[in-house]
Amino acid sequence: MVDMHPKKRVEIVVEAPALHRLTDALDRAGVTGYTIVPALAGRGRGGSWSGEGLAGDAGRMVIVVSIVDAARADAVVSGVYAVLARQIGVVSVSDVAVIRADHF
Amino acid sequence: MDAGADSTMAGFLELAAQNILSPVVLFFVLGVAAALARSDLSIPEAIAKTLALYLMMSIGFKGGVEVAKTGLTAQMLKTGAAGIVLSFLIPVLGFHLLRLVSRLPAVDAAAVAAHYGSISIVTFVAATEALRGQGFTFEGHLVAVAAIMETPAILSALVLARRYAPSAADAREPIGPLLREIGLNGSVVMLLGSFAIGWITGPKGLEPVAPFLVDLFRGVLCLFLLDMGLVAGRGMRAGWKDLSAATLGFAIAMPVVSALLAAALVPLTGLSAGGAAIFVTLAASASYIAVPAAMRIALPEARPSIYLTLSLGITFPFNLAFGIPLYQALAAFTVR
Repeated sequence: MVDMHPKKRVEIVVEAPALHRLTDALDRAGVTGYTIVPALAGRGRGGSWSGEGLAGDAGRMVIVVSIVDAARADAVVSGVYAVLARQIGVVSVSDVAVIRADHF
Repeated sequence: MDAGADSTMAGFLELAAQNILSPVVLFFVLGVAAALARSDLSIPEAIAKTLALYLMMSIGFKGGVEVAKTGLTAQMLKTGAAGIVLSFLIPVLGFHLLRLVSRLPAVDAAAVAAHYGSISIVTFVAATEALRGQGFTFEGHLVAVAAIMETPAILSALVLARRYAPSAADAREPIGPLLREIGLNGSVVMLLGSFAIGWITGPKGLEPVAPFLVDLFRGVLCLFLLDMGLVAGRGMRAGWKDLSAATLGFAIAMPVVSALLAAALVPLTGLSAGGAAIFVTLAASASYIAVPAAMRIALPEARPSIYLTLSLGITFPFNLAFGIPLYQALAAFTVR
């Protein structure tokens, strides 16, 4: 059996116009990497939304996923929250296991 | 009503009918109707972005080619200056008008005002198509005027928000990075970059790319307007509940007020009849691509369901169907 190592998975659903500010905050917090994926559509407190047919960034949502060491998770979430407190989005943190501990 | 007024009204109605029955407007109407009827007709986001970039590339390039024929003139500088003044001024007027007639919070009113001070490049394109169809020509440098009218309105709105809604507009947030993001917005870079390339290469540069940039233009515009109709229809369905009769009335009245202001400045610019119609239309148009993204960063508490529904769901179709012929008629008075 391969050795697994516990880490924290920080997932941020955020409106696209705030994306660069968010990735800058992640860089400042010293995360070693993240992945950005587009979100198609959904529903939140403000009602339904969809990215279909949008020519601009307003109204589009993206998901940013980053795996971080537990010791650094609080600092990362604080940095993210400082940037996104007033934006539309959801920040969640969950426990995950990874194979290559030294990558995060 | 006297005979002169009768003929003016008849001319306006004829222009309006021609405009409403153009493929561009009818495709927009099709999109709105499909969205309101909850059809699954949709255009993927990546295609919509590509269509928008194509339109910017085409109109930028063609505008640059026109300027290459005439060279830099005092008229360009005067028109640019008039455009900047309008873009700064219209949000101030719009903000106070909106606060006077509605109970919208100051932060929402400031965000709406920014949209009405900035411009809609698709309204600009629709106006140029309508004018070309009637045999009018217009000054190519108006493309650059459109680009420089995008940003000043955002500054005006931020100043208004900081004064009237200080808790929503963070005064510690530096304006510089925001302006940089807006100025380097992909559509602005594409528009101005293509304008520069068109200017540098001139008519000879246009010739080999004309099958792509000129011949396909109207078809692509119809497809983009279909997409805009779908997005507007979806926005109307979702945002209707946040709007009052006063805000809806504002979305019709404000473009006319802006058009009157622009018409007053036309004699200072020396524009032709076609150019004046485009300039007045630019002032009357409201942004729904660049400014909404800027507002999500600068004034995140402002509700997109209000500013997007007003600019894209009400003002854009009003301008497309009735505004353009109205502004053309208005501009005709100023160049007589």
